[in-house]
Amino acid sequence: MPKISIEDLKKIKERERGRMILREGEYRAKITVHMGTCGIAAGAREVMTLFRDVIGQRDIDDVILTNSGCAGLCAKEPMITVEVKGQSPVKYILVDREKAMRIFEDHVLGGKPVEEYALAKGSETAAT
Amino acid sequence: MQDLSLHILDVAENGIQAGASLIRIEVDEDTRADILEITLEDNGRGMDSEFLAKVLDPFVTTRTTRKVGLGLSLFQQAAREADGDLTIASTPGVGTTVHVTMRHSHIDRKPMGDMADTLTALIEGNPDVDLVYVHRKDGSEYVLDTRELRAELEDVPLNHPSVARLIHDNVESSLKELMRG
Repeated sequence: MPKISIEDLKKIKERERGRMILREGEYRAKITVHMGTCGIAAGAREVMTLFRDVIGQRDIDDVILTNSGCAGLCAKEPMITVEVKGQSPVKYILVDREKAMRIFEDHVLGGKPVEEYALAKGSETAAT
Repeated sequence: MQDLSLHILDVAENGIQAGASLIRIEVDEDTRADILEITLEDNGRGMDSEFLAKVLDPFVTTRTTRKVGLGLSLFQQAAREADGDLTIASTPGVGTTVHVTMRHSHIDRKPMGDMADTLTALIEGNPDVDLVYVHRKDGSEYVLDTRELRAELEDVPLNHPSVARLIHDNVESSLKELMRG
């Protein structure tokens, strides 16, 4: 079976030498996809793939994609948390392809949270 | 959970939540013996025998452990529906091993699903955790070891978008080739 080629890795390494943006904290935004059992069953992995694809298509290298466990609101999954540098984190609920793309454009790149998709204030304990 | 790759993602995330620094996933497809085996091994904090005894019961686990109980019991149910089972061995301070068997050709066996998406989500989402993936099918095998990639990449992190894409495409094309035999 073809292993990942050393050449491909070297190419990435050489290219990134000059522009190491993904250093400690040196990013424009971080997207956290909640990957508990509830999130995975509701489509969290697909949401992560969507973001990976759009980041790749546009050759963006200062947006970090990461994951975390169950956030305790299983009925609202898939959930993501978007942290734009210098701003408060925002949790989004029931994320699908359409919402993900709008959140990416408006909030991750534009810096403006999409209020209608965000977890409403005061509903943190309403797990229904 | 629609397929095995989602169950694998779920159990691997358990290991990461348990503080593992290394996750080893093995998938062994032996179509002649008609067995599909999946082994997930982590070096997380492990479970004591009391917790281990109830970890497969979705109705006994408490709020903070609910996630663990539900995911593993769903995977066990999937295994049993395909003439197999799921067993867990764990040692506190050493780690946990989840072992799943299924009859490969069983009509109710869930499909493998997208392992490229599962492995990339795990690696990209947890760049400080190392992952070894071994997939065997009837004598051929594919191995992905992030420790090797890490050594080669030096200071470029594993969650760099270009690295994540490279990993995804390599797993996807290699497994396709492995399945063709």
